[in-house]
Amino acid sequence: MRKFDTKVQHLKYKVLREVARLAWNDTLLENVMDVPKTIVPGNEPTMRCCVYKERAILGERVKLAMGGDKEKSNIIQVIEIACDECPVGGYEVTNACRGCLAHRCEDVCKRGAITFDQNHVAHIDKTKCIECGACAKVCPFTAIVHRKRPCQNACKIKAISMNDHKAAKIDDEKCIQCGACVYQCPFGAITDKSFILDAIKLLKESENGKNYKVYALVAPSISSQFAHVKLGNVITGLKEMGFYTVIEAALGADMVALSEARELAEKGVLTSSCCPAFVRYIKTAFPGLTKYISHNMSPMGALAKYVKETDPDSKVIFIGPCTAKKAEAQLESVKPYVDAVLTFEELQALFDSLDMDLPALEEGVLDNASYFGRIFARSGGLTDAAAQAMKEQNINFEIKPMVCDGIEECRVALLKMSKNVLGANFVEGMACVGGCIGGAGCLTHGEKNKAEVDKYGREAYEKTITDAVSVLK
Amino acid sequence: MIKVTVCIGSSCHIKGSRQVVEGIRSMIAEHGLGDKVELKGTFCMGKCQQGVCVTVDETFCSVTPETVEEFFKKEVLSRV
Repeated sequence: MRKFDTKVQHLKYKVLREVARLAWNDTLLENVMDVPKTIVPGNEPTMRCCVYKERAILGERVKLAMGGDKEKSNIIQVIEIACDECPVGGYEVTNACRGCLAHRCEDVCKRGAITFDQNHVAHIDKTKCIECGACAKVCPFTAIVHRKRPCQNACKIKAISMNDHKAAKIDDEKCIQCGACVYQCPFGAITDKSFILDAIKLLKESENGKNYKVYALVAPSISSQFAHVKLGNVITGLKEMGFYTVIEAALGADMVALSEARELAEKGVLTSSCCPAFVRYIKTAFPGLTKYISHNMSPMGALAKYVKETDPDSKVIFIGPCTAKKAEAQLESVKPYVDAVLTFEELQALFDSLDMDLPALEEGVLDNASYFGRIFARSGGLTDAAAQAMKEQNINFEIKPMVCDGIEECRVALLKMSKNVLGANFVEGMACVGGCIGGAGCLTHGEKNKAEVDKYGREAYEKTITDAVSVLK
Repeated sequence: MIKVTVCIGSSCHIKGSRQVVEGIRSMIAEHGLGDKVELKGTFCMGKCQQGVCVTVDETFCSVTPETVEEFFKKEVLSRV
């Protein structure tokens, strides 16, 4: 079974794995320069024009795998030499244009941007074109195409533009670290900084719990990941790696669901605060709506805080599908509770850096949260949980939810909210399409992932939110 | 103050740590020991096979939802 969706992910994984391998052995410093050659050993190029460019790019990937440039605060970084400077022509007439007589393109263009040469072939005047796409729609030969860079296409909040060298450039003020561009760039030229070295250091220095305990907080979207092994194998693998124990971040989601329901009933209007990319989007693009953001910490933050309160010397590492969580963990309000954030992609690299044979391990158990905490991993789950939390706490409040699946839907809802025409009192915002299961740090993304999350939810030992959190008080 | 800690990690959880917590909680209330017994939770005591794991001060006990009352009398009430 395939571990990754794309070869770009696989390449990134190989770098992470090799860096981790050296870090576990304490030989990273002396061998770091050799990592690119380990990955591209031959003299024939396999990906780019020559092996030297391939290795130069891999060198940049190694830097990011080691945490990247501390001066650059954004978790999401462009590897400029890896950027292929894809064409950005916008709407263009291709040679499929037959020079027909109908000229529908000309008729439909409100800006008069279409002209014809002596062979009746259409041309678009870029100074007049507003990229509306009407001409492309009416052409009987579909001869007009839209050329847009995959990164710009992925970034629905328009934080990506081009720099002077035509390489992708991220507007750090706008960027919400959702990672959509990381997953979509076909050249792997945009990537997220990794904190695997921090995680390895925390694990090594704990000496298997002798000096302090390291807790793994695992996001519920893990149920749709690591499809090639059983979840129980992954849990045991984490403990073999040096984690003291593994806890479901979904238990944090249960905690959040209860307090978010109370907050909603009290305030009357609320937006969710689970998705750090959504929260950042509101704060940067719709600052006027900041007052409606739930004051709850995210499930990660809430549970990490609880762990640190019960075991103050402990260290907490969150493992999930999300690049924005890496940024969230750096916020002053979250920093004291979360010591490192890893993605599933990085976890796979860590397992393999230790040559761990996951299927051979015995199956551990992971069961802390309720069905409702677990379904936070997919779009709509948070809203279901909030409604359930109202019921369980006997709160008489009618939720009128607006479930926003992906940042584009979030944008529309927030725009309406800012004009007071939303017609809903609760906005569930998830920056990734599908919810967390669509996160950029996932190994695989697929249609069945939602069903996997729901199945995992139904397997929870606790059926109600109240029961799941009752042990925490 | 007597410190009772119940493991609420995954393994103990599916063996009934919630029921054990609830049992201890109601017995603390029943005997009016709210100011003498402190009930806390922890994730994993490293003895998953013996769950539900409970410690009373430093003493380790293996408890089930069925034996929680007996445990409370023997290990907690005796120390009050």
